[in-house]
Amino acid sequence: MNLRNYLVLAGVTVFAAAGDSMLSHGMKQVGSISLNHLQGVIFAILNPWVAVGIVLLLAFFATYMTALSWADLTYVLPATSLGYVLLALAARFLLHEHVSPLRWLGIALITGGVGFVAGGPALTEHLDRETAGVTAEGRAAAGVGAVKS
Amino acid sequence: MKGVYTWCAILAIVFASVVGDVLLAHAMKQVGDVGALRRRSGLVAVIRRTLGNPNFLLGVMAMAVAFFSLLFALSWGDVSLVAPAAASLTFIGNAIAAKIFLHERVDRRRWIAACLVAAGVALLAG
Repeated sequence: MNLRNYLVLAGVTVFAAAGDSMLSHGMKQVGSISLNHLQGVIFAILNPWVAVGIVLLLAFFATYMTALSWADLTYVLPATSLGYVLLALAARFLLHEHVSPLRWLGIALITGGVGFVAGGPALTEHLDRETAGVTAEGRAAAGVGAVKS
Repeated sequence: MKGVYTWCAILAIVFASVVGDVLLAHAMKQVGDVGALRRRSGLVAVIRRTLGNPNFLLGVMAMAVAFFSLLFALSWGDVSLVAPAAASLTFIGNAIAAKIFLHERVDRRRWIAACLVAAGVALLAG
């Protein structure tokens, strides 16, 4: 994990939070979509907030894919969980939604939970394979030794 | 009634997201380190290789389902409920799915994290 990797993770976090906030703001302007008029979803895209939100979520997607190319899914998701805090702050101060103390506590627990994972290794998927490889090499070496003796 | 709609939309987001995340994570592991690949063969090659991966395309389709479910959920509920609830439940689903399908090493630290997140979700819903 170098600086570039951390910047990608920060990008995932910020783009996701900003994109979701803009979508929320835009969809509140568009209003409730009736199940009988699903085409309303298409018109929602014409709202500028929804459009910018979609662009930001595309940026999120590009950084997310980059992160997934060198890290575990169960590492990337927690590592970018600071987004929940950003979302709560955005909801409170930009969208002026009410965020109750219990919700704040929930957000704190989620963030704490993810802090647990952040300290571990970024990629475990290949650890098992490497360990298996070492064991196989060890066995091969032992086998060679056995033949020699 | 809006609450029921919101939660149905949230569950739809979670299911589609978990399927999508697992497919996309698998696809990107097949593509390989994007940074190294870009330095070696250029950005166009990276994009072509990613878009040509069948798992990537299936993952994007699942994510599209999740995205439209999100649009519905956001029009019915607050962003500070919908986004954390859907994302956190997705996180737990992903921890299970990543262990089973991606063979990631989900150790005790990661399970404790999943439980804390579950508690956080319960509080957000209350």
